[in-house]
Amino acid sequence: MMIVAGQSQSAYFLEEEFPATERSHTLSVLVDNEPGVLARVVGLFSGRGYNIESLTVSEIEHSNHQSRITIVTTGRPPVISQIMHQLGRLIPVHKVINLTWAGDALERELALVKVAGKGEMRDEALRLAQAFNARIVDATLDSYVFEMTGAPADIDRFVGLMKECGLVELARTGLAALARGKMGI
Amino acid sequence: MTRQMTGAEMVIQALIDQGVDTIFGYPGGAVLPIFDELFQQEEVRHILVRHEQGAGHAAEGYARSTGKVGVALATSGPGATNMVTALTDALLDSIPMVCITGQVPTTLIGTDAFQEADTVGITRPCTKHNWLVRRIEDLPAILHEAFRIATTGRPGPVLVDIPKNIQFQTGTYENCKDKALTQYHPAVKAPDAAIREAVELMAAAKKPILYTGGGVINSGPKAVALLRDLVKMTGFPVTSTLMGLGAYPASGKNWLGMLGMHGTYEANLAMHDCDVMVCIGARFDDRITGRIDAFSPNSKKIHIDIDPSSINKNVVVDLPIVGDVGSVLEDMIAAWNARKPVQDKAAHAAWWRQIDGWRARKCLTYRHSAEAIMPQYAIERLFELTKGRDTYIATEVGQHQMWAAQYYHFDEPNRFMTSGGLGTMGYGLPAAIGTQLAHPGSLVIDIAGDASIQMNIQELSTAVQHNAPVKAFILNNQYMGMVRQWQQLLHGNRLSHSYVDSQPDFVRLAEAYGAVGIRCSKPADLDDAIEEMIRIDKPVLFDCHVVSLANCFPMIPSGKAHNEMLLGTDVSDVDIGTAIGAAGKVLV
Repeated sequence: MMIVAGQSQSAYFLEEEFPATERSHTLSVLVDNEPGVLARVVGLFSGRGYNIESLTVSEIEHSNHQSRITIVTTGRPPVISQIMHQLGRLIPVHKVINLTWAGDALERELALVKVAGKGEMRDEALRLAQAFNARIVDATLDSYVFEMTGAPADIDRFVGLMKECGLVELARTGLAALARGKMGI
Repeated sequence: MTRQMTGAEMVIQALIDQGVDTIFGYPGGAVLPIFDELFQQEEVRHILVRHEQGAGHAAEGYARSTGKVGVALATSGPGATNMVTALTDALLDSIPMVCITGQVPTTLIGTDAFQEADTVGITRPCTKHNWLVRRIEDLPAILHEAFRIATTGRPGPVLVDIPKNIQFQTGTYENCKDKALTQYHPAVKAPDAAIREAVELMAAAKKPILYTGGGVINSGPKAVALLRDLVKMTGFPVTSTLMGLGAYPASGKNWLGMLGMHGTYEANLAMHDCDVMVCIGARFDDRITGRIDAFSPNSKKIHIDIDPSSINKNVVVDLPIVGDVGSVLEDMIAAWNARKPVQDKAAHAAWWRQIDGWRARKCLTYRHSAEAIMPQYAIERLFELTKGRDTYIATEVGQHQMWAAQYYHFDEPNRFMTSGGLGTMGYGLPAAIGTQLAHPGSLVIDIAGDASIQMNIQELSTAVQHNAPVKAFILNNQYMGMVRQWQQLLHGNRLSHSYVDSQPDFVRLAEAYGAVGIRCSKPADLDDAIEEMIRIDKPVLFDCHVVSLANCFPMIPSGKAHNEMLLGTDVSDVDIGTAIGAAGKVLV
């Protein structure tokens, strides 16, 4: 399902049958990069009682000042569809697509993971980092910072293991996502 | 054509280029340059109000009664925050409105400067869109885009916040009235396949109903005319929301009256029992649907709306049609004429017989009194004595508003100014002033309650100053009647703070403002008093003393379905106390 500003958005032609269960959806929103646009999107979610599980925003085209906002939210299909239509009402929003409905989307997140320790645990942390393809971006005699990129579930597993190896702190970027195949937003 | 001018001059020039002749506002430090420009020209008339909320509602009244944009002007900080209620009101009722506010200079933004407020932050959720102008280069395009966004698609309020230094700066002005600044271009025309499918459903209907709303009036006179054509063509019965009253004439033979919580018995039961419902420019508000899982259980629902987010929001419909009401009705009528459907005459006749049976319940009957004025009687007399005239009605919010909707009958659109979605007490008097200034020769009456009228009573001074001879017809029952009615329904008749003690003497209050006061408390005197009110060419406060404990019926108690209405004639105090169940009590 895609909502494009200015095109007929008759739900009659766009909405297919979806399973009625609550699940998480990844929405990709193309917006004008202007002051307050993020506040409009976030305010819509809080004002109407929708959840935000993850939100990422960054300018993607400097020449025409466009940003892409990737939002992970949870709800039953009618709620998700209402969220998309409400996003579509915002003036700076160009397009809203539901990557979850579009199919098996590519979803990646970056995490920086700091662990501290010596001896056995330090060696174990390093071995696990290699197994998860995490890079060492900082090292001291008693600490590492790993950088890991992957699907959120893989990062969850890596972080879970690092808790046993002296995890100090963690920073995650939130989700960046694209549909597979040659078509763009 | 481009010209060099200051930001303040640009504001006035943009108003002129947009064809604005009247704005409503209040000066203050951060808008002084704009007021200075207003002072030096004669094309735009500025109406000085007494409170910024009044400016907002007056702009709304102006907009609703003319179909044009309403414009309000206020200073930074408190000026802007006082405007918030009016902006929210306009958002919920889809009223086109442009609000211009002053802001502290850009160099002071963020320093907690005197009269600084984060106006765009505060008004973001209560406007369709808003802007803080940071550069003089952006100002002309933003001003014109503000008008375009306020008026196209689903109309609504927009706000332009202009720092004082930008008002003083000089830049290049261009009339970019027809240029779009943003990519906002809502779809107007609906897909043909949807129109054809709607015509098929409507042609096969045995028990059809048209459920119309404010979207018909917002779409404009063409949509109103097309709705009337559609009714003539199909013979379908018509009901309407509060916001849509007048689109189909109340004197028309297919008219069922308003629907919803205080709608008529026939309208609500026809909604409940219909097999095809055509919702035209309405949004299935909770005041309309009652209990959602029992709402019109056996009907196919067609929903015409220009805002895709209205569709499937509260009620899942079978056939959504996204488009402008005028455009959709035009296509629908063309498709109907092309197909020339044969309707089931016998089924339609049976449906009308059923409707006539419901009509025979005469749900708006009330107990008359020879000693005291019944509020319903007061509205009936007001209608009878003003119906031949060029009359506009505004209301406040409460029982009097519902009685106005039930007993004052509108044959034309844009004649009824009322706060539907937000339910703003204090809306009516300033809205009536805005209406009167747009229609100087017309009779403009604010049907009010004694509590509501006091929420913006200061605007009486505005009416006097600007020779706006509005009539505030106050149904004075000494209560916040609708609050009391709900306390009777929900809270064991414990009337917590809904009795208004120490009321002002409205006649002397009117005189203090330089208006005229009239008091009436006997049914026998009412007609003469109303005639006198109409004759006076000045603002009038009409203090109509009505029985204090009358309640507003019919009523669908909250949490109940359309076929579970309370009717005024057969409801007892016990019924009132038990009408709402535990689940309904938490609803508003």
